[in-house]
Amino acid sequence: MSDAMAQTERPGRTAGAMLAVRDLNGWYGESHVLHGIEFDVAEGEVVTLLGRNGAGKTSTLLAIMGILGKREGSIRFQGAEIVGMQPRQIARLGIALCPEERGIFASLSVEENLMLPPRIREGGLSVDRIHELFPNLKERRRSQGTKLSGGEQQMLAIARILRTGARLLLLDEPTEGLAPVIVQQIGRTILALKQEGFTIVLVEQNFRFAASVADRHYVVEQGKVADMIPNSELDANIDKLHAYLGV
Amino acid sequence: MFELLGVPPQVLMGQLLLGLINGSFYAVLSLGLAVIFGLLNIINFAHGAQYMMGAFAAWMLLTYVGVGYWPALIVAPLVVGAIGIVLERLMLARLYHLDHLYGLLLTFGLALIIQGLFRNYYGISGLPYQIPASLSGGYNLGFMFLPTYRGWVVVASVIVCFATWFIIEKTKLGAYLRAATENPVLVGAFGINVPRMITLTYGFGVALAGFAGVLAAPIYSVNPNMGADLIIVVFAVVVIGGMGSIMGAILTGYGLGLVEGLTRVFYPEGSAVVIFVIMAIVLLFRPEGLFGRAG
Repeated sequence: MSDAMAQTERPGRTAGAMLAVRDLNGWYGESHVLHGIEFDVAEGEVVTLLGRNGAGKTSTLLAIMGILGKREGSIRFQGAEIVGMQPRQIARLGIALCPEERGIFASLSVEENLMLPPRIREGGLSVDRIHELFPNLKERRRSQGTKLSGGEQQMLAIARILRTGARLLLLDEPTEGLAPVIVQQIGRTILALKQEGFTIVLVEQNFRFAASVADRHYVVEQGKVADMIPNSELDANIDKLHAYLGV
Repeated sequence: MFELLGVPPQVLMGQLLLGLINGSFYAVLSLGLAVIFGLLNIINFAHGAQYMMGAFAAWMLLTYVGVGYWPALIVAPLVVGAIGIVLERLMLARLYHLDHLYGLLLTFGLALIIQGLFRNYYGISGLPYQIPASLSGGYNLGFMFLPTYRGWVVVASVIVCFATWFIIEKTKLGAYLRAATENPVLVGAFGINVPRMITLTYGFGVALAGFAGVLAAPIYSVNPNMGADLIIVVFAVVVIGGMGSIMGAILTGYGLGLVEGLTRVFYPEGSAVVIFVIMAIVLLFRPEGLFGRAG
């Protein structure tokens, strides 16, 4: 296969990456939103996609999950090419999405929301461990899903993809619109998940939050990856990052 | 003997029972429509024809193969549901990305074709279907005579409605169904096969219509037009209850059957239109229906 070749073409690419995205183009309806995205995520890493609104971060996650309408290029997950697969096939390989709008189901209770995604393989967190991470969800398990506060809904949206055995989590702006204390709690959760061995791709606009949890940052601009900054070199690159993000 | 507003109790009870039986059919049929509309977003105008096919399937099983009522109560809905599944795969599945109207037109056209075919082969005079021996006769309740079969229709419809409600509202399978009704893309992204769920849901909704058809066969004569007459009222029931609400469809079905029965007692001239009058009033004041969700 072309794995070995794809992994050693250029510096900055991670050998044996769990997820390798190459020359990814994507369309949302008629509009061409991804223009050759390339990045790698190694197993156990937390990687962020940073960028302005409309840069293509969410579209990248939707493309990986197979939801974005039209996709071209290559997305390899654990060596398998998934760019042409259906979302449900991709989910069955062990990728799970926590969408930007959270996607909590109003007609399901908290418990039903939590138990909805089917187990695809061994190795997911137990419900007890999930309740340990998110005690509120245990207390409110009989409530209607959308009666939870915004922070609790976000936790539910993350919690329900932890039981399934998925190893790669795609988290789309989990801190958006939440109070600082909740943001901190989500930050601690992400670090705990990293400890548990999950691999995480995090879309963020808040780079301070991103810096507190991630190993590396990819800067997305106009549907391309413009730069990669390891978290350890973030301080040295802060001006450059400000310029990218326009803050 | 007491009288209520000048109406002898036998008449009142008789009409209420008749109302309850009509309500049983309204409930099972509008339940099927609500289940289908909820997940498929398709207004299944072929529902009346599928109900008729259920009755004909029972009649054919008996007449051609000698299979009686009880097996037919299971087999006929399965056959009609299977035909529904083929229909969904071959035709309806191509319409989901379009407006409701296309599904409505397709199913309406199919209903006309199916009814036309049956009229062509079986005429419109109606075919008799005997009440099974185990359900013939009746009970004298003191204030009225209850034919056993009519009591059975009410009991069977309540069981089927409750079972359907239970599956949708209280089981894991139902949770998938409710979730897919809200956000099919996300449910697919969790690894669930949503297209297959849609196909089976349509098959189930159609099987409910077939089941109602078998129940109806011994009461109403088996006739190609039996569904066309009934389905108009059932659509009014669905509009009153609110599209997509399971419990709403069930309660409205029985409730309007009873209202119709009462109207037949107190103002017989109005009994044929009372449901449509209620529909107009509900649409005026609560367009989403009594149990519907706004928006």
